Amino acid sequence: MTTYVLRRLVLMVPVAFLVTIGVFMLIHLTPGDPALILLGEDRSPQAIAAIHQQLGLDKPLYVQYLIWLGHIVHGDLGRSITTHQPVTTAIGERLPATLELGAVALIWSLLVAIPLGTIAAVRRGSLADHLATGLAVGGVSIPNFFIGIVLIFFLSVTLRLFPFGGYVPFNQDPFENLRHVILPAIALGTAGAAINMRFTRSSMIEVLNQDYIRTARAKGAPWRRVVFIHALKNALIPVVTIVGLQIGGIIEGAVVTETVFTWPGVGRLAVESIFNRDYTVVQGIVLLAAFSYLIANLLVDLVYGWLDPRISFT
Amino acid sequence: MSTAPALVATQASIRQTRIHLLELARGHPRVILAGSLVLLLFLIALLAPFISPHDPIAVNADNAYLPPLSPSHLLGTDELGRDLFSRVLWGARVSLPVAFVAVAVGLVAGGVIGLISGYFGGVFDLLLMRLIDALLAFPALILAIAIVAALGPDLRNAMIAIGIVAIPVYARLVRALVLQLKQMEFIAATRSLGATPTSIILRHLIPNLLNPVIVQVSLSAGFAILAEATLSFLGLGAQVPTPDWGQMINTGATFLANDPWLAIVPGAAISVTVFSFNLLGDSLRDALDPRLRS
Amino acid sequence: MSLHLLELEDVHTKLTLKTGVVRAVDGVSFHVDAGETLGIVGESGSGKSMTALSIMRLLPRSGRIDSGAIRFKGRELTGLSEDEMEEIRGTEMAMIFQDPMTSLNPVYRTGWQVGEPLQIHRGIDVRAALAAAIAMFKKVGIPEAEKRVAQYPHVFSGGMSQRAMIAMGLTTSPSLLIADEPTTALDVTIQAQILDLLRTLNRDSGMATILITHNLGVVAGICDRVIVMYAGRVVEQGRTEDVFAHPEHPYTWSLLHSIPRLDADDREPLKVIEGSPPDMMGLPSGCKFQPRCPFAVERCAKDEPELRDVRGHLARCWVTQAGTSLNGSVDAG
Repeated sequence: MTTYVLRRLVLMVPVAFLVTIGVFMLIHLTPGDPALILLGEDRSPQAIAAIHQQLGLDKPLYVQYLIWLGHIVHGDLGRSITTHQPVTTAIGERLPATLELGAVALIWSLLVAIPLGTIAAVRRGSLADHLATGLAVGGVSIPNFFIGIVLIFFLSVTLRLFPFGGYVPFNQDPFENLRHVILPAIALGTAGAAINMRFTRSSMIEVLNQDYIRTARAKGAPWRRVVFIHALKNALIPVVTIVGLQIGGIIEGAVVTETVFTWPGVGRLAVESIFNRDYTVVQGIVLLAAFSYLIANLLVDLVYGWLDPRISFT
Repeated sequence: MSTAPALVATQASIRQTRIHLLELARGHPRVILAGSLVLLLFLIALLAPFISPHDPIAVNADNAYLPPLSPSHLLGTDELGRDLFSRVLWGARVSLPVAFVAVAVGLVAGGVIGLISGYFGGVFDLLLMRLIDALLAFPALILAIAIVAALGPDLRNAMIAIGIVAIPVYARLVRALVLQLKQMEFIAATRSLGATPTSIILRHLIPNLLNPVIVQVSLSAGFAILAEATLSFLGLGAQVPTPDWGQMINTGATFLANDPWLAIVPGAAISVTVFSFNLLGDSLRDALDPRLRS
Repeated sequence: MSLHLLELEDVHTKLTLKTGVVRAVDGVSFHVDAGETLGIVGESGSGKSMTALSIMRLLPRSGRIDSGAIRFKGRELTGLSEDEMEEIRGTEMAMIFQDPMTSLNPVYRTGWQVGEPLQIHRGIDVRAALAAAIAMFKKVGIPEAEKRVAQYPHVFSGGMSQRAMIAMGLTTSPSLLIADEPTTALDVTIQAQILDLLRTLNRDSGMATILITHNLGVVAGICDRVIVMYAGRVVEQGRTEDVFAHPEHPYTWSLLHSIPRLDADDREPLKVIEGSPPDMMGLPSGCKFQPRCPFAVERCAKDEPELRDVRGHLARCWVTQAGTSLNGSVDAG
């Protein structure tokens, strides 16, 4: 087990290395003097010179990269160009809101996906199945910002059940916090619900054709027991993979939804920073998103082995 | 937006005897339905200048905010009195070419990487796949946004950004298929007869890759249209006054309280378009994968 | 007529496939008495497994019992609801399958799976079911039962898995066990052990067994009576020693002749049955075995024979029914 984790970590190193190069290049591929980009409005010669020196722009590119990498390894992502706040602080302040939104969206997607996918698989070819598979294609076809706008129109503007957007911290008012998170979570989680449903369905169909399901029926197990005890645990193993990757992709998924619902999370910070040309913050967010994806990948593999006794890490 | 339609990579099986797509469509009504929808969308894009009742960018302040089903304005008019129906038709002329170019970029770059990686293996494979892993680790949308923001917000840059984001899917798909094909006897036989790699790749591998790749092209066209709409919605794609669906939703959202159709009409247009491409990819995959046939 | 434990009467089971309808079981009748072991022999596609699945009502989605009667302890099964069948499956009837390795659920511990029928049917708790599972493991000869019940199926060998499957089937002391090719997937030495186990359990418990196999050697060692199936039909039926001593259907005759024998002359070539298994979508007219039959006469291609008594047991053959003996009878070995 330990050797397996170590081997996976070693394999991750070159990928992580390439990721940091990519993030580094984000600024340096941008046409024009990075200093001008980094400076924004204040373009006095002194300021430009200060930036040049700070970034070591007079040095060769790989030296600049190594210096930058050294800072990152020590947890120093630099300072925001617009607010001069440390980037880690800027992201850290926004992270809880994004995590909450992502968690609620994931719960919503699983609440929809697992029952629907199971029913569609058990009643394969039925009207319910066709409806569910149709919904699955539809769910990934509607842009989540459009789902958000439609939800706002019907549930906020017309019925006045939910706020238009915004955020209330949980420790300030738990009820209001939940009221604010529901619509963005539905908008964000619907595509995931569609994908997870398809996975559950196809995985369930495959499992239901296995010999051990026939064994369970030969024991006289009622179909509910066959489906929910004998089949579901097997069927959900592959679903875990895709859910894990979705967790790894939370930041990215939240970008547009957070913008539509003015949700103060990392995704919206990314958009704001891009518009403000606050490249240090953008770099920090891209780095965070990429690494959470890589780590999620690793964790998925480990959880997989824990769920499926057939897999051994040797 | 989600990268998932592209991530749910096709497993449509490769078989030695290729199935002709047209032949296949005959037994699968869903393929025909989806294919017709996609064809219709292309026709709309092509014929928009001839079938649009009004100029999509002609401002007419006297006619602003007309509701749908108004005389001579089927879907109403926007805040500047522009005919919404005409703008939606013209919007297809923006979305479809963007999708087309972006998918082409992803397919060509990803396909070449996948072929080299799968066919030659070894060091090539190791290096290229780590590169793809790294690219995959980048948050696709943030990457696209960042690329566009760096290069400047316009459609051409949006196409490039979406294309780059689509590369890993094709690289992985083509590599997996090539690895599978290499195991097959007819390829091994051709190799043992002394065929050159180029001729094997051109004559034997690529033709056998076509079906699964077509499925993926259809799915990632849907993804590309979603991505373009998202970028434009954020103000990073098409710029005013281009009649672009994402852009129209962005503007329409401002008037949601009183004139919801300004956002809902273009939103429906995007959804139907992406749905058509996804349905096509999906039904083709089902039709091509014998395992899923009941 | 005494009451049989299980009685099938003119059972027809159809499979509706994309390519057409297959009459997998076509008018099968037989019975099993308490404590007896019945062998059903035939090549794959002969309908022997479909007959078993019809009895258990575990047919695939495409399968359906079209007509006929299946009586178990005097109760007609074909009309029972799914709920009522669930009550019978796993309590009075149990079934074990060809591939024990895939027949156990990979994500649950073996002990839990073996004790599960008791949880379902007797309403006992997990702990008591596990204790029962340990006892059953010992009964079927799985060493270190206390340790084995806590293991997952993937660490079990094929033979151990089949023992566990048998243990699972027997936890509720059923009166009928259907074993569908229980040894086919196993090594030869393990096959013998499993057959021994089945024979012992059968003798000790008074449980009836239906043993489905394509291997006549297995039948010879263990079965009281044997049924030979071909193309969904019973072609020969009788006491094992009678059928082996003087087969009255050319298919049985051919099967017996294709068993390699240790005492056979080395120079004598191994006989195989000519032709290929029947195409169930396009069966020939007349006797279904006639295209491959070395004894076929003109009539065989026209009319299909009935199952009739020939020299003490039943056979479906015009040639033997007309009094001809299939020359060169074969010993049971």
